[in-house]
Amino acid sequence: MSDALLSISPEPVDVARVMRLATQADGDPPGRHGAVATFLGTVRGEHLGRRVLFLEYEAYEPLALKAFRIVAEEISGHWPSARLALHHRVGRLELGEVSVVIAAASPHRAEAFAACRYAIERVKQIAPIWKREVFDGGEAWIEGATADPSDAAAKQTAYERACG
Amino acid sequence: MRVTIRLFARLRDLAGAAELLREVPTGATVDTVWQTLAAEFPAMAPYRSSISAAVNADYARLTAVVGEGDEVAFLPPVSGG
Repeated sequence: MSDALLSISPEPVDVARVMRLATQADGDPPGRHGAVATFLGTVRGEHLGRRVLFLEYEAYEPLALKAFRIVAEEISGHWPSARLALHHRVGRLELGEVSVVIAAASPHRAEAFAACRYAIERVKQIAPIWKREVFDGGEAWIEGATADPSDAAAKQTAYERACG
Repeated sequence: MRVTIRLFARLRDLAGAAELLREVPTGATVDTVWQTLAAEFPAMAPYRSSISAAVNADYARLTAVVGEGDEVAFLPPVSGG
């Protein structure tokens, strides 16, 4: 796994590493942060009443990395003390595997929790990543949000969820 | 002029290809490219209201003008996380 704060790869997610990257971002010295909030997305075995067998993720990688950078910049605007590290997996993922890990470090927990929640909401809204669900009886591409990073209403929704 | 079209997820399945090279008129917009594609693959047409687009791996509006050799990507609604 790369040392990049924001990354995409088929490799399993190393949660401890992503946490460490968040706390050491921007050359932050040890002890700058008093909190790291993490979010792990994991593959659920049920969706719309279907028994899910596995998921296949794909990404438009260069744009997805830009989307992650946009999210990181928005977080810097809302919570200047917070630092973000994020790794999203692509490829086939079995039930229970971690598809995404987000770590937000901050001197205090309120900003860390808010930044972490904001990050996953925004990733789901704008990152060009798709999952194909293979379930008992068929398969389907899951289609969620129309990706528009400048959509103010979507940003506001993410912010309200982060602070709710 | 010629552009490279990148397709993902269900749009790729509908086209049967992840990448297509197509001729479009000079001054074409992202929407022109989309119309070319939807004419060739009518099953894609209903996606017009829900897609987003990128030109050379940057988010772009349907009204953006494309240039010779540009990579124009069409993104169905996303589902990461």
